[in-house]
Amino acid sequence: MRVLTINGFSRVVDMPDDTPLLWVIREHLQMTGTKFGCGAGLCGACTVHMNGDAIRSCQTSLEEAAGQEIITIEGLDPAGNHPVQRAWIAEQVPQCGYCQSGQIMQASALLQKNPNPSDAEIGKAMNGNLCRCMTYVRIKKAIKRASAEMRKA
Amino acid sequence: MDTIERTTEAPVNRRSFLIGSAVAGAGLTFSYSLLPAVTGSASEAFAANNWTPVPSFTIEPTGIITLHTPKSEMGQHVGTAIAQSLMEELEGDWKDLRIDYPDPAPKYGVFFTAGSLSVLTSFMGAAQAGVAGRMALIEAGAKHLGQNAADCHASKGWVIGKGGKKVSYGQLVAMGKVDKVYSPDDLKKMPLKKAAQYTVVGKPLQALDIPPKVVGRANFGIDYFLPGMVYGKIARPPVRIGAKPKKGADGKELIDDTEAKKVPGYQQFVSFADPFGINTHYVIAIANSYPAAIKAAKAIKVEWDLGPNATVSSDQILQHAKDLVKDPNSGGAFWLIGDPKKALAAAPTKIEAEFITPLASHQPIEPMNALAYLENGKLHIYSGSQLQIAHQPIMAGIMGMKPENVLLHQVYIGGGFGRRLEADAMVPASLAARAVGKPVKVIYTRDEEFRNDFYRTITYQRLQAGIDGKGNLVALQHDVCAAFSAVRAAPDLLKPSLDKKNVKLDSTSLDGSNSWYGVPNYLSRGIQNDIGQRATPPGFLRSVSTGWTYFALESFLDEVAHKTGKDPVEFRLSMLKAVGPNKSEVPMAIGGADRIAAVIRKAAQITDFKKKHGRLGPGRGIGIAATTHFRDTPTWTCGVVELSVDKSSGQILVHKITTVMDLGQAVNMDGARSQCEGGTLFGLSLALYEKATMHNGNLDQTNFDTYFPLRISQAPEVDIHIISTPGLPPVGVGEPAVTTVAPAVSNAVFDAVGVRPRDLPFSPDKIKALLKA
Repeated sequence: MRVLTINGFSRVVDMPDDTPLLWVIREHLQMTGTKFGCGAGLCGACTVHMNGDAIRSCQTSLEEAAGQEIITIEGLDPAGNHPVQRAWIAEQVPQCGYCQSGQIMQASALLQKNPNPSDAEIGKAMNGNLCRCMTYVRIKKAIKRASAEMRKA
Repeated sequence: MDTIERTTEAPVNRRSFLIGSAVAGAGLTFSYSLLPAVTGSASEAFAANNWTPVPSFTIEPTGIITLHTPKSEMGQHVGTAIAQSLMEELEGDWKDLRIDYPDPAPKYGVFFTAGSLSVLTSFMGAAQAGVAGRMALIEAGAKHLGQNAADCHASKGWVIGKGGKKVSYGQLVAMGKVDKVYSPDDLKKMPLKKAAQYTVVGKPLQALDIPPKVVGRANFGIDYFLPGMVYGKIARPPVRIGAKPKKGADGKELIDDTEAKKVPGYQQFVSFADPFGINTHYVIAIANSYPAAIKAAKAIKVEWDLGPNATVSSDQILQHAKDLVKDPNSGGAFWLIGDPKKALAAAPTKIEAEFITPLASHQPIEPMNALAYLENGKLHIYSGSQLQIAHQPIMAGIMGMKPENVLLHQVYIGGGFGRRLEADAMVPASLAARAVGKPVKVIYTRDEEFRNDFYRTITYQRLQAGIDGKGNLVALQHDVCAAFSAVRAAPDLLKPSLDKKNVKLDSTSLDGSNSWYGVPNYLSRGIQNDIGQRATPPGFLRSVSTGWTYFALESFLDEVAHKTGKDPVEFRLSMLKAVGPNKSEVPMAIGGADRIAAVIRKAAQITDFKKKHGRLGPGRGIGIAATTHFRDTPTWTCGVVELSVDKSSGQILVHKITTVMDLGQAVNMDGARSQCEGGTLFGLSLALYEKATMHNGNLDQTNFDTYFPLRISQAPEVDIHIISTPGLPPVGVGEPAVTTVAPAVSNAVFDAVGVRPRDLPFSPDKIKALLKA
């Protein structure tokens, strides 16, 4: 039995300690915005924030996540109106959309730490997030747009 | 070039159109009837319920307009584009529009989403539904306002009469004042807008499926849950296809789940042969969570009879292809003009080259999955499908049910690329659900996604050119050896060979080798690779055959141009004339070869190709390639790539890719650009990075640490130019941009360092080896 702090709420979870956080979020809590992709930390579809860092929830156990501050796509902004989400709509980034929760969580963590990333810094920070529709051109544009907006605010 | 107005082409020209209340108070349904004539009122017909309506859209008393589409949403924003055609004619207010993806039933139309065909096949029907709706609403509105219909017009969801008097669509629907049947003749007379009048079609409107995708609320197949649901994880044999469990002396399958029983949450296993032959046999661990199911499946010990493919390797498949191409009697003619054999033999100069493409895998980021359950004699399935029109009867056949009792619920698709033309997840999920009497959700792990894909086939191609004394290309033979996806998945699509009886050819494996180049003696020979056929098995990957046929052809033509001392652009243009077989009267291909010539000219001009070609300096080059996707539904595309090659490492660094595409009329300009950007980078991914290999009948690659789709840091600048001609039929945009990249890269590498890579992908070791040779 573990207590998970997720999107500001405390949730009691009765699953084995080695259960990947991804499946706790998806199956136990049935919050499906966080996606299963590769199960090996190679695609980034399962990215969430833990204490403000972008992490792969498929590589993080329930035991490691318990007591930490976890934020998922559902909790990034109460109204779904985070500057990164707005930029993602303005640039019409998603195609199939499956990887985009992970992309948005990765990008928002990047901008939190580095409000004005260069192209190379964007490439480095986002390189672990695969998009099979290959929306990379627009992901780059949207990060720049969000960065500009966040710096203005 | 003549444009054609939409009235000249009416796919629905034998159907009536009915507008009325299907259910009192629920709003109006606007439906095609499959019956050519309907007598009586629309509402009576709806109430009688003894006919098959095709609901195009509905309007509620609130004014909400809902488009019902049989096309799957997998990132192409297809619902938005079809809605633009509808709303253009209906004159509804865009903000009132919603999109519904109904459960597949024949009445909604063809549930098939592939081949870059959706907008092409849906545009006209949606437009006609829209104009019929507008006419009926204007008539009802005029009556309500006490005016003549001729004095009224519609705009943004209102019928407006003389003196500015008006009534909204929602009010008319609420009053139930519309009850109308239009005959096929009435429909023909309805004035569709001229392209110049468009205010919605062609506009870069925001896609309606995007907002839920940025907040994690779009439900993909994997996101559905049911009470009492259990998870199924398939325990896979160590070969892709053909294996089944051995049986003991007692006739029982040798499956031991002793260790699996130690996994908390494990419930049982189920085992059955695949009754349809999509796969061979399934052993499935059932557990109360997916992590438990994964552990249990690993712990189950199965003694497999590995079957006929246990020793097959990708090298063997390729060698077999080479042997088949060498045999002059194998295969059959897919495209035949003149007397190519004679002309080749007579030509004073011959040029020959061989091209290889490897196994490649779809790898949508949403792994294959299906949730199935049985209730009250009906089978419910939640699973992304690009081919419900086949999957529904397949599942009905497997389960011994009537097709109408198979409810294949539509879900967002987390990547299609052709992968979800296959029913291989819903088959085991449904059989397992029946076996355990509970809803079962089967999810593939990533290694299954690799090892149980239906791959892009290995291809081996040989091109031969005959050059006359004046340096003209007078004969071209293009041999294509591939596993034929359609033999396995769509035998109806096979075409007879042009020169042999009893040889059937798969256009999804060969199209593109029938190009629009006007070579006087031209043969394309298609050859099926039987080992690849049974062992891989072949599937449909984004752009299918045109991804490999044009890679070979466009690389080869660049070589022929170089060897005959011609400019690669002028050489192509000299052979692209809309004459003879390369003239076309078909609306979607109107203009024929002149269309692709125009696109090449434009691409060369935009990129300053002629100034740069051969002049970019050491290690830097530019290459061009043009393709037309499928010959019957051409999208005219030209790609130009600028790159550098590091001679010491063999590394290719792509600086910029320009894609110019003539797609008839772009229905949503931004959606078209988005598809074109993604397609271009997908093509680069296949050109530089993606390769799978097989040993002992199984794929070697199991995750993204051994198979490498392009990542963001590898994405170069992409410059997209869409040529949209209002009034032309809208052809597809999902696949064609994939096809120009590999040959343009190959040609640019030659321009940069003087070697021609002909074996995909162009990895540094191959480039280095070529430079050394």
